[in-house]
Amino acid sequence: MRGDAPVVLEARGITKRFPGVLANEQVSLTLQHGEVLALLGENGAGKTTLMNILYGLYQQDAGEVLVRGKPVRMRGPSAAIRHGIGMVHQHFMLVPVFTVAENIILGAETSRGPLLDMAAARRHIHELSQRHNLAVDPDALVKDLSVGQQQRVEIIKALYRNATILILDEPTAVLTPQETDELFVIIRSLTAQGVSVIFITHKLREVLALADRIVVLRRGRVVGETRPREASERSLAEMMVGRSVILQVEKQTAHPGATVLALEQLSLNDDRGQQVVNALTLDVRAGEVLGLAGVQGNGQTELVEAITGLRPVRAGRVLIDGQDYTGAAPRRISESGCAHVPEDRQEDGLVLGYSVADNLVLNTYYVAPFAHGIVRDGQAVLHHAEQLVAQYDVRTPNVTTSVAALSGGNQQKVIIARELSREVRLLIAAQPTRGIDVGSIEFIHQQIIAARDRGTAVLLVSAELDEIMALADRIAVIYHGRIVATLPATSASREQLGLLMAGAQPEHL
Amino acid sequence: MERAKPPKVDLWGRGRALLRAALIPTTAVLIALLIGALIIALSGANPLIAYSALFEGGLGSTRAFARTLEKATPLIFGGLAVALAFKGGLFNIGAQGQLLLGAIFAAYIGFAFQGLPPVLHSALALLVGALLGALWAAIAGLLKAFTGAHEVITTIMLNFVAFNLTDWLADGPWKDRAPGNIVARTPKVAAAAALPNLGGIPLGMILAALVALAVWWLIWRTTSGFELRTVGQSPSAARYAGIPVRQITVLAMVTSGFLAGLGGAVETLGVVGRFQPGFNAGLGFNAITVALLARTNPLAVIPAALLIGAMQAGASRMQFSSGVASEIIDVIQALILFFVAADSIIHGVLRIKPDDGEHVALSSGWGA
Ligand SMILES: Nc1ncnc2c1ncn2[C@@H]1O[C@H](COP(=O)(O)OP(=O)(O)OP(=O)(O)O)[C@@H](O)[C@H]1O
Ligand SMILES: [Mg+2]
Repeated sequence: MRGDAPVVLEARGITKRFPGVLANEQVSLTLQHGEVLALLGENGAGKTTLMNILYGLYQQDAGEVLVRGKPVRMRGPSAAIRHGIGMVHQHFMLVPVFTVAENIILGAETSRGPLLDMAAARRHIHELSQRHNLAVDPDALVKDLSVGQQQRVEIIKALYRNATILILDEPTAVLTPQETDELFVIIRSLTAQGVSVIFITHKLREVLALADRIVVLRRGRVVGETRPREASERSLAEMMVGRSVILQVEKQTAHPGATVLALEQLSLNDDRGQQVVNALTLDVRAGEVLGLAGVQGNGQTELVEAITGLRPVRAGRVLIDGQDYTGAAPRRISESGCAHVPEDRQEDGLVLGYSVADNLVLNTYYVAPFAHGIVRDGQAVLHHAEQLVAQYDVRTPNVTTSVAALSGGNQQKVIIARELSREVRLLIAAQPTRGIDVGSIEFIHQQIIAARDRGTAVLLVSAELDEIMALADRIAVIYHGRIVATLPATSASREQLGLLMAGAQPEHL
Repeated sequence: MERAKPPKVDLWGRGRALLRAALIPTTAVLIALLIGALIIALSGANPLIAYSALFEGGLGSTRAFARTLEKATPLIFGGLAVALAFKGGLFNIGAQGQLLLGAIFAAYIGFAFQGLPPVLHSALALLVGALLGALWAAIAGLLKAFTGAHEVITTIMLNFVAFNLTDWLADGPWKDRAPGNIVARTPKVAAAAALPNLGGIPLGMILAALVALAVWWLIWRTTSGFELRTVGQSPSAARYAGIPVRQITVLAMVTSGFLAGLGGAVETLGVVGRFQPGFNAGLGFNAITVALLARTNPLAVIPAALLIGAMQAGASRMQFSSGVASEIIDVIQALILFFVAADSIIHGVLRIKPDDGEHVALSSGWGA
C-alpha cells in the first residue's frame, strides 16, 4: 500500500528476558509513515512486552529502537512521548478519581503562570474529541465511565501529547462492534493525517479489515509477515498458533432442563443511582447457553453484579433453583453452585500480587482440600494449580509466579480455569474470551459447551456477536435495561441482532 | 486426594529471596547511620566514639543486652500490630493509643486485685490490657468499615483521646495515693501480676517471640490470613471472592489493637511495674518504624525491634560518653523510616529493580 513510505519506527533485534521467560527474542520490525501495522500472536507471545519497550516502559536486554532512522535510548515513557510515541495500554492507566480532563492533561499540564489553565486544556480536549469523533464528557469522573469510554480518554490523552505514532494494545477487546467500527474510522482518519499506528488484536477479522501489514509473533519471535490481501482468517490463525484452528464451535443441539436462574421483574440502579435495569425478567435453564447480547452500558454489567450478589437489588427477585437469592451475600450465591467470570479481570477477578496458584483458589480457598479448618493446605493449592495450568495452557514460568507478571490473555485464562473447573449449576460468564487468542478461544468454547452438556445453565454476556452466535442456544437482547427480544439462536441473524441492540422494535423487523 | 509429586523445597531460592528481602532494610539502616555520623561530626563530636558507646550501651554487656530486650519487647508487639494492619491494607497509626490503654488497664488489674495466684493474675492483666487495645482499635475499624472514615485520621484522633484519658486516670481515680507521691502514676502492680524472667530472659520477650510466630502463621498459613491479605491487596477482588470485606477490616483493626494493647500490658507488667504517663511515649510510633523496617514480615519484626531497642538502650550511654545528645537516635530512626518508606531511593542506590511481590501500601488510595 505505502511500500515506499519512510520508516518512522524500527525495532532491531530486540531481546527481553523476564525471570523464567524469554519474552522477546531478536525481534525486528518496522513501522512506516501513515500505515496500520497489525501485530498478531498467541497469549504470551510477547506483543505487549515489545510495545512496552518501544514506549520506554521496559528496557530491552539487547537490540535497539530507531525513531525516524535515529537510534534512541528510551529511558521512560516521557522520552517516548517526546519522540511522538503514544500508547494505549491493554489495561488502562487512568486515575479513577480524577475527571476525564484532569486525566488527559495529567503530566502535560498547560499552565498560566503557576496555575493550571483548565479552560484552555478543556478547549483543546473538546476540539480533539470533535475532530476525531471521540465523544466524552470532560467533567465526568473516570471511575464512572464505561471501559469503552475510558479507552477514548486514553486515545485523546495520546493525541493531546501530539503523538504521531500510536500504539494500541488490544483496543477493541473492550469495545462493542459499533464502537469498533467507530474506532476504525478514527484510526483511518488518523493515518490519513500522517499518524502511524501499531495495532494489536486477537480478532482476525479486524486485522484483515484494518491493517496495511501484519506481523506475527510466536513465543517471542517474529514468525512471519504478510498483507491482508494475501491472508485469510484461517491462514493467520495457523501462523499464530502453529497448527490449524477450528474457528467454529462444534456442538450438538441443547437439551434444556429445569429453570436454574430466574430473574423476576428485576430493577437495579447503577453506581450513580440511575435506574439501569428496569423490571427485567429472564430465565436460564439447565443445559442451555443463554446469550445476553447488548451494547455495553445497557445494564448487563449491573445485571450480572446483582445476580452474583455484588449489587443491591432495588426491586424484583433473583431465584436460583427456585430459591430466593435476592440480596444474598456473594459467598452464599457462589456456594449455591454459581460460578462467575467477571467483566473486569484485573479489578475483580484477580489479586495481581498473588501467585497464579492462590488466584486459582480465590473463591474456594476455604474448602477442602485447600483448607482443613482454618489451616490452608499449600500443597493442595499448588497441586490444583499445576493441573489447571496444564489443562488450560496458561503460559507462566510456574504456579508461584505472581499473576501480575502474566500476559493479559493468560490472566484471563487463570480466571476461566478457576471458574470452569468448578462443578456448578450456573455459570455466569461476562466477556469470557476477552483478550484471548484464537487457539485458546477454541478450547474455552469447548469447555463452556461441555459444561452445558453436563447440565450447567450458562448465562453468557458478551459484546462479541460472533461469540454469542457461536455459543448460545437462545439469545436475549438487552436494551436500556430491558429484554427487548428473546430468540432461538438458529433463527437469529447478525443484522437482526444488531438492529435490536440498537433499539429497533422487534415487531418492526 | 492423590498427589503427583510434592514440589521440592527450593532452599537456595528461599535463601536468596531472604537475602534480597533483607537488603533494602539493611541498606536503609546503614545509610541512616552514615548520615547520623555526619550530623554527629558536624556537631563537633567523634562519631566513632559515639557509635561505639551506643553499641556498648545496647549490646556491650549482659546488662546492656537485658536493657535492649526490655526496650525491644513492647516494640515487637507494636511492630506486629502495625504489620498485621498493613497486611489488611490499613495504616494503624493508633498503636500508641491502643498501647496506652493496654498499659493502664493492665496496671489497674495488677494493683486493684490482691491475692490472686501469680499465673492467673498476670494472665488476666495481660488479657484485659490486650482487650482494651482491641476495643480502642475497634472504634477506628468500625468507622472505616461502615462510614469509610480513613483509619489514619481516626486513629490519630483516638491517640489524643487515649493520651488524655490515661493521663487523667493516672492522675485521678487510679492515682497512686502512697504518701509522698505527687506525680501522676498508678500504684505498683501486685507481685503476682508482674512478669518474671525465665533463665535471664524476660518472660515478655519469650511471649513476644511466640506471638510473632503466631501472627506469621495466622497471616501466611490460615484462611483468615488469606482473607486479610486479599482485602489488603484488592478489596474489590475480595468482595468478588465472597470475602466479607467490612468484617475483615474490623477484625484486622481489632487484632492489631489487641497486639498493641498486649504490648502495653507487657511493658507495664514486665518493665515499669505500674502505669506512669510518659514512660511509653513514642512506643507506638517506633512500632511503625519497626513494622516498616521489617517490611511487614512478622518474623522480621523481631530483629527490627531488637535493632531499634538496642539503639534506644544505648542512647544514654552514648550521651554520657561522647556528649552527643541522645535525641540523635530519634533522628537516625526517622532517617531509617524515611529510607524504608521511600525504598525507591534505595533501589536507585543499589541499582536493583523493585520486587513487586511484597509491596507495602502506605496509603489505601487508588494507587496502592
Ligand atoms: N513484568 C513482567 N514480569 C515477568 N514476566 C513478564 C512480565 N511481563 C510479561 N511477562 C512475560 O512475558 C511473556 C510475554 O508477555 P506479553 O504480555 O508481552 O504477551 P502478549 O503477547 O502481550 O500476550 P497477550 O495476548 O496475552 O496480551 C509472558 O510469558 C509473560 O508472562
Ligand atoms: Mg498483551
